[in-house]
Amino acid sequence: MRTIATVCTLLLVAKGAVAGEDAVLDIEGETFITKTAAPAHMENVDTIFSGWVFRTDETQALQLDDFDNPAFVFVDQALDQWDTAEGSAGKACSSCHEDVSEFEGLKAKLPRVENGELVTLTNLVNTCVTERMGAEEWSYSGSKMSGMTALIAHQSRGMAMDVKIDGDAAPHWELGKEIYYTRVGQLQMACANCHEDNYGNMIRADHLSQGQINGFPLYRLKNAKINTTHGRFKGCMKNIRATPYKEGSAEFKALELYVASRGNGLSVETPAVRN
Amino acid sequence: MKHAFAIAMVVTAVPVWAGEVTPSSVSFDEYGAVTESLTGVTGDPENGAKVFANRKQGNCLACHVNSDMADAPFHGEVGPSLDGVAGRWEIADLRGIVANSKKTFPGTIMPAFYIDAGYERPLEKFSGKSLLSAQQVEDVVAYLMTLTEE
Repeated sequence: MRTIATVCTLLLVAKGAVAGEDAVLDIEGETFITKTAAPAHMENVDTIFSGWVFRTDETQALQLDDFDNPAFVFVDQALDQWDTAEGSAGKACSSCHEDVSEFEGLKAKLPRVENGELVTLTNLVNTCVTERMGAEEWSYSGSKMSGMTALIAHQSRGMAMDVKIDGDAAPHWELGKEIYYTRVGQLQMACANCHEDNYGNMIRADHLSQGQINGFPLYRLKNAKINTTHGRFKGCMKNIRATPYKEGSAEFKALELYVASRGNGLSVETPAVRN
Repeated sequence: MKHAFAIAMVVTAVPVWAGEVTPSSVSFDEYGAVTESLTGVTGDPENGAKVFANRKQGNCLACHVNSDMADAPFHGEVGPSLDGVAGRWEIADLRGIVANSKKTFPGTIMPAFYIDAGYERPLEKFSGKSLLSAQQVEDVVAYLMTLTEE
């Protein structure tokens, strides 16, 4: 019993000392919300933090200036793709959409239910690619898609995440919540074990975050490319030796909605930089 | 015997030798302790230290501080420090905690290192396998019993 009490004390002390908790994310004069009150639906967490606050000073610095942020190489490539015609219709994104800035605000509301289906930004892009352009679907986390979704999500940078969880979104949100709290894999861990119970603690060399996705798609130093939420979910599941769900699956879309809802109130940071 | 050996090969990470307690037949007391050795072979603390630190084996440092390994980088802080752990627990307690800590601490994040069933969606290559072998558990426990300094 004494040992359990000691453990609890240690955890509390660690929680109180979240490094960088008071650091300010300010990009080109715009201040981002990286710490705010948890949305009402979260039962076990009072305050939500962007993953940015858990990163080292060096990694944090890369996001403070868009010229230093390596993600913008890929965002610029996506701007070229924006004007590139594809498919049987010979259309580019720019054939129908005057400017990518018309998507301001979209990322903050996604995933959402459209015509009875839960859709992600990737789904919306692929609908255009296949139906309007008459091209082959882009692979879910491939470089074309990760770049384009980063470019489109970037238009919402600075806006607060605000996904809908009630009404027709509710069953998807419930499924996502169930997945979040289900222990899987040989290590028998749920998302919550690390990202709710242990954020702020070190696991080996990594500072555990709350697993927020307000910065996605984002650049990871680990693999030097744009990473998608479903790609990241897959990596996490493999780490705990679980068979991941498929990228674009109903399960990962539901999990994306649930995890996004845990970040309601944090600023969109796309494209963020993480380790 | 030969037949039993073949079956054991299929369901555990490493060969199960005669006299070894299988993951499903470990006997925990009501507090989660395991009195009997899993192998009958005295644990080797030196090998236990290697299993403890190895990222593909125990990977215990991922979550626990251990001053005895101060030279190794990156000790985690998810679990309690293991400094002086030998003074806080009996060997049977430690064997139970390493084998399946959920019997001692219900709901703990700590993986069970000597079970081979009950996994949800395990990666195929780990399905039906324990994280450590019986002897590796004994070796880690023997190593933990050397950690007497607070």
